Amino acid sequence: MLKQIEGSQAVAEAIALCRPEVICAYPISPQTHIVEGLGERVKSGALTGCEFINVESEFAAMSVAIGASAAGARAYTATASQGLLYMAEAVFNASGLGLPIVMTVANRAIGAPINIWNDHSDAMSQRDCGWIQLFAETNQEALDLHIQAFRLGEELSLPVMVCMDGFILTHAYERVDVPTQEQVDAWLPPYEPRQVLDPAEPVSIGAMVGPEAFMEVRYLAHAKQMRALELIPGWAGEFREAFGRDSGGLLHSYRTEDAQTIVVAIGSVLGTIKDTVDELRREGVKIGVLGITCFRPWPLAAVRAALENAKRVVVVEKSLAVGLGGIVSSNVRTSFTGSPDAVHAVIAGLGGRAITRAALARVFAAAQAGTLEPVTFLDLDRALVERTLAREREQRRSGPIAENILRDLGVVAARPH
Amino acid sequence: MSFQPVKFYQTGTFTVGNRLLAENERSVQANMQRTNSLNSGHRACQGCGEALGARYAIDAAMQATNRQLIAANATGCLEVFSTPYPETSWQVPWIHSLFGNTASVATGIAAAMRVKGRSDVRVVAQGGDGGTTDIGFGCLSGMFERNDDVLYICYDNGAYMNTGVQRSSATPPAARTATTMAVGAEPGNVFGQGKDMPALAMAHGIPYVATATVAELRDLEAKVRRAMSFRGARYIHIFVPCPLGWGHAAQDTIRIARLAKETGVFPVFEAENGEVVSVSKIRRKLPVEEYLRPQKRFAHLFGKPPSTEVIRRIQELADRNIRRYGLLDAQGATP
Amino acid sequence: MFQIRIHGRGGQGVVTAAEMLSIAAFREGRHAQAFPSFGSERTGAPVVAFCRLDDKEIRLREPVLAPDALIIQDPTLLHQVDVFGGLARDGYVLINTSRSFEALGVGEIARGLRAERVCTVPATEFALKHVGRPVPNAALLGGFAAVSGRISLDSVAAAIREKFNGKVAEGNVAAASAAYDYVKNEMREAQHAQAD
Repeated sequence: MLKQIEGSQAVAEAIALCRPEVICAYPISPQTHIVEGLGERVKSGALTGCEFINVESEFAAMSVAIGASAAGARAYTATASQGLLYMAEAVFNASGLGLPIVMTVANRAIGAPINIWNDHSDAMSQRDCGWIQLFAETNQEALDLHIQAFRLGEELSLPVMVCMDGFILTHAYERVDVPTQEQVDAWLPPYEPRQVLDPAEPVSIGAMVGPEAFMEVRYLAHAKQMRALELIPGWAGEFREAFGRDSGGLLHSYRTEDAQTIVVAIGSVLGTIKDTVDELRREGVKIGVLGITCFRPWPLAAVRAALENAKRVVVVEKSLAVGLGGIVSSNVRTSFTGSPDAVHAVIAGLGGRAITRAALARVFAAAQAGTLEPVTFLDLDRALVERTLAREREQRRSGPIAENILRDLGVVAARPH
Repeated sequence: MSFQPVKFYQTGTFTVGNRLLAENERSVQANMQRTNSLNSGHRACQGCGEALGARYAIDAAMQATNRQLIAANATGCLEVFSTPYPETSWQVPWIHSLFGNTASVATGIAAAMRVKGRSDVRVVAQGGDGGTTDIGFGCLSGMFERNDDVLYICYDNGAYMNTGVQRSSATPPAARTATTMAVGAEPGNVFGQGKDMPALAMAHGIPYVATATVAELRDLEAKVRRAMSFRGARYIHIFVPCPLGWGHAAQDTIRIARLAKETGVFPVFEAENGEVVSVSKIRRKLPVEEYLRPQKRFAHLFGKPPSTEVIRRIQELADRNIRRYGLLDAQGATP
Repeated sequence: MFQIRIHGRGGQGVVTAAEMLSIAAFREGRHAQAFPSFGSERTGAPVVAFCRLDDKEIRLREPVLAPDALIIQDPTLLHQVDVFGGLARDGYVLINTSRSFEALGVGEIARGLRAERVCTVPATEFALKHVGRPVPNAALLGGFAAVSGRISLDSVAAAIREKFNGKVAEGNVAAASAAYDYVKNEMREAQHAQAD
């Protein structure tokens, strides 16, 4: 059924349709509307067969999910940014134990400096923890990916992180098609655990593993994710048949058939990029877009195939590997058979900075002209940066950087002299 | 073959073979049908108080729940010595997740049981003092506050033993640990710190809080059984000496635990909804010195000259416990 | 695509206005996207919300930089924030006020736009009268329906009823209708004035 609702509410509806059994939640912007929506459904009785637990921290949230999942319940939680970091130990624990928990990460920047707006630093910080990571481009896809996530995770006994851009998607009202309970029930069978805490058949879960077997256990975790690469495309096809639309899959290409330049990106920014690319195509530029939906496991073969005929690749990413450059671009480079120098990292949108068609068009033009640097920070205010560096050169006690920049910007009142 | 009749003179007490008692009065451990939840073969040290306490506690919990029990365990000695790869000595469904989240994991298990209509299955969480009073405190407080249906058992040996005897917030004043060495002006752990975990549990107003020691194992079993008769958050704090960490003889574990109770160092009581409802009285009060002397972790108090002032302060703390909990009857004077 | 930017202060329902606008368009079978600009939420602080309307899927996520229409819920913002930035020459402007453009100090700007597309409406007064609260957002949507013709008053009313309940909903619908009539009248007068 078509609805015009907030992204968070679309996700809440999707989760509710998946018959979750234990939902544990700790509030953090910008995911709160999701769990509030679910909490209300449980409390009012609209969502039955579900325990909703208000936990005291994100660490507790993931831990409650671990206990619930190990005891055979379908478990769900949501977080962002600082919250994801706070539960990091438990995040690794969940994937290490092979528990099919589903978690929404409403992508938000990680401090310091504290920032509540969107970028991908939170999800990227956990990219190697063993969770499957899926990124939604639209609220429709966010809704759909959660439904796919439960089945994917339970089939593989792996937890799945569904990422959606905080505020940009979570707080945006747009049209979504919400499936019926019958449709979801047909797609998603009840959870049948591979391992479960059951008094009738006692097992010990979580024993220490020494050097004799640790390599093998970790190899199997890697192998499981590799298996996900095989399953995901097929299931996207099944999903299309069952629900009537394309959602999920490993990646999708847009106007790349004869593209000399391919722009790679993840998440909602793909929409703005596609609009920009359409304008450039009207001017005759041979440019296309590759959207990555499944970031972990990294779809190496699929990306390689998609970028095969490109002369240059521009990766627009909302993430930064401090001291190195791009994160997504580093992953893309592993898949590109051309020269590594032809893969450019454009760091954009950090901390919620708007990514505009105009700025993108400038960067794509530079790429065409061969003047694009290996690493570019989109829309960087160089003057502001220079002022800070100059201040640091002049005096030892130069003060906190963030406050100084804000003062320069006129956001914070000037220091009285 | 002729039989030598054996006359039992102490049939009224619990010291002589439970076979002489009525079925329902026998200890769980004396029962041939006990579950051996923590089975033999684990790698605990000789004389480990925690292994003793856990064996009694979990078997009692199994009996009280008709064997419908799931256990969550914190990282620590108990977890490590009970699951040496590739073996496990647990015969109950058991999960070890992390160091600080055991109470939350237990909450999750309890929620799963409830949602699946299996409220007959009960949940016990267990951890050492470090995993309970320090790193696990946030999650524990959350579980208490929500009144989740979990029995949390803390095995308190007063330090992070598994990592080499480091100080925790349960380490008593003046005790030597690897991070509170017996050197300098104030050797050992300092005064004026520490968490009274049972009192903190009571402050949450949860249905049942109890303390116990491995010197009175029938009492321990009874308290676990009583705890299982409640629904909601419950806490049992068990005093478990550690021969290795405390520096006492392996065979003295139970004796040291008894001394802790008889000196007033460790009050033994039960509380419901935040109020003390029963107290296990001291039978014969002893000075704290009797408790401190056998332990090398307090050896620096008995040098030349002895640290009489420190011992006096420890005595003061014990006397405060006695006052606070009413641990002495009129008869319980020093002999 | 038609892009609307709504300016106001925290507590005036700016974000809800954008959401209701998107719901109204949805009810007419159009695609609509509504989202807030993401400043700190604090009562009294300047807030901006955006709404895009189109007949096909809206992919763009950047803020509305070149609005086709502006709704200004709080005239005290006029000289504090660059509310008119990027406005199209034939764009629509609707300001919540009982004063004139001249009196507000934006007479010159108004004169540079098409007269029948630039209107004021005392939305707060209508809200106080019909709802009992000085929250002008619903009323302004009625005014927007009138000045732009991009959305029907019926759709606005349906959107209001989706967001609010009972008496508050009906009060807001009444305020929106009153604002609609007021703006329609103002547009007629502007056209007559031009004809003169």
